[in-house]
Amino acid sequence: MRFVRFLPAVLVLAVALLPLAVPWLKIILTVALAKGLAVLGVVVLLRAGQVSFGHAMFFAASAYSAAFLMQGFGGMDLAVLLLAGMLCSGAMGAVIGLFVVRYRYIFFGMLNLAFSMVLYALLEKMFHVTGGSDGMAVGRPTYFGFELERTAFETALFYSSLVLAGAACWCVHRFLRSPLGEALSAIRTNETRLEYLGISARRVLLIAYVLSAALAGLGGAVIAVNQGVVTPDLGYWIRSGEFVFIAILGGAGNVLGAFAGALVYELVRFYAAAMAADVWQMILGFVLLGIILFASRGFVGLYQDLVAVAAPDRPGREREPKR
Amino acid sequence: MDPILLVLATLDGIAYAALVFLVAVGLTLIFGVMRILNVAHGGFYAIGAYAAASLVLSVSGADLNPWLTFPALLVAAGAVGAVLGLVIERGLLRHIYAKEEVLQLLVTFAAFMILEDVQRLVWGVQPYAATDPVRLLGTVEVMGIPYNAYQIILLPAIALLVLVGLRWFLRHTLSGKVITAVTEDRETAITVGIDARRVFTITFVIGAVLASLGGALASPTTAIQLGLGAEMIVLSFAVVATAGLGQVEGAALAALLIGLGRSFAVYLVPELDVLIPYMIMVLVLLVRPQGLFAVAEKRRI
Repeated sequence: MRFVRFLPAVLVLAVALLPLAVPWLKIILTVALAKGLAVLGVVVLLRAGQVSFGHAMFFAASAYSAAFLMQGFGGMDLAVLLLAGMLCSGAMGAVIGLFVVRYRYIFFGMLNLAFSMVLYALLEKMFHVTGGSDGMAVGRPTYFGFELERTAFETALFYSSLVLAGAACWCVHRFLRSPLGEALSAIRTNETRLEYLGISARRVLLIAYVLSAALAGLGGAVIAVNQGVVTPDLGYWIRSGEFVFIAILGGAGNVLGAFAGALVYELVRFYAAAMAADVWQMILGFVLLGIILFASRGFVGLYQDLVAVAAPDRPGREREPKR
Repeated sequence: MDPILLVLATLDGIAYAALVFLVAVGLTLIFGVMRILNVAHGGFYAIGAYAAASLVLSVSGADLNPWLTFPALLVAAGAVGAVLGLVIERGLLRHIYAKEEVLQLLVTFAAFMILEDVQRLVWGVQPYAATDPVRLLGTVEVMGIPYNAYQIILLPAIALLVLVGLRWFLRHTLSGKVITAVTEDRETAITVGIDARRVFTITFVIGAVLASLGGALASPTTAIQLGLGAEMIVLSFAVVATAGLGQVEGAALAALLIGLGRSFAVYLVPELDVLIPYMIMVLVLLVRPQGLFAVAEKRRI
């Protein structure tokens, strides 16, 4: 049973090798990784006990910025698109964040939802700029200076996303373990005491908010290039709900859980959504209820239980998030 | 601005505010008592609208007195609100009162997602229109402009009736006073022997009926289609947040403010009509973070 300790490494390897065996899977896996990045953003905020029902707005903002750049310059490099997307959504996160970090829980969640509904409505209404509900086409950018064929580009994009996801995981992990990250958890446990230490809870949350917006933006830029088209649906509340759902599914507040959740979600959706298109939201709703009521630590919780079963006498296990 | 447009915008705003108020007041009432923001409220509104449209259409289709469409609206609203309210409070919310605030929010959000597909399964994706009640009431002239009586007389009248009725219920009946007591101080209320669980159920059902009443009354004036619930929950949240969570009378004023703001935007700057309610909310919250009429809560350490 010791092998369960290596389960995460085995899974990462499997994801990395899978497209070699099944080439068409890489598009889906890229989508999953892009969503995972956005979910990672939601996870950062969950660490502070806050849930955003509007994070798809950053996803969409960055995707549209990629589309505008491609259209405006008639071609662009992938690296520029990713950076510009993160900058754009990060800046938007800073402005919206200045307002929403004054609030907690219900207000925080619903104000985010309200802002995302505004962005969605604007994207759909200003059709002379954004193409309305038909959206905009995104051409294939150059890949660090190289013009790649379609398949080669898809492969390159998939492995780049994998690297980006790994890098994002590591950065967020370091961030959450830093004094700033610990202060973020303290917002959830006891904000007043945090302020007594002389730390501004709002500033901590604002930094986390900008980070989480930029992460969602990175995901948005990846998905814009991957799909070749951006539509207002990228910013619809259903998409935001999906991110929250995946974050809870993977294990609230856990970095690796975000990607584990996103991969499982996207693969299941790929096979099941066609059969159950009309009841997909309903299934998500029931699963979400099930997790909250019966298994509130998600996949990561299951994994940790597995590890505990495999090695019951190891006291010095990793610190796990307090529940 | 053209005076005719001014009148039209005002009338539109009042009619719209009446509908938003019905949904928002239920939301705020439930929050006051249970400290839960019920995201599924948007689902109650949408299902109320669908059910009312179906019932009205079947009444119009059958060889019945067309005036029966009015009781049909009320019956649909009452049935939807009572059933959904009971099922969700008893079956779901009851198990999460002790959980974290975030999880409670997520649970009602999950319920909202489920209700969204219930609409899709039962009524499909095509829009519904059941305009008989509006036609029956005809039009009235306001300053020389014909306007339909349903929106300008019936809707505001019902909203006022609900407001006055709710005020009277909360202040002058025993059940109402018990609800107020739980809102003010749940622990003390429980200590003096009030059954908080029963109060929760009653309040939730009242709120659900009000939301589906809002949907039912909206159904003759607009096309009923998917996505209605999401718009309404966000808009009524904007109203409730502007007024201050838990404020019943405040919700009426905020609904009027936001309703008028939106309808003037429709005539003056049509591109921004979706933005105006949220801009009003953001401006109010920047100045008064707890809303216009609420008192800021003390912080507990």
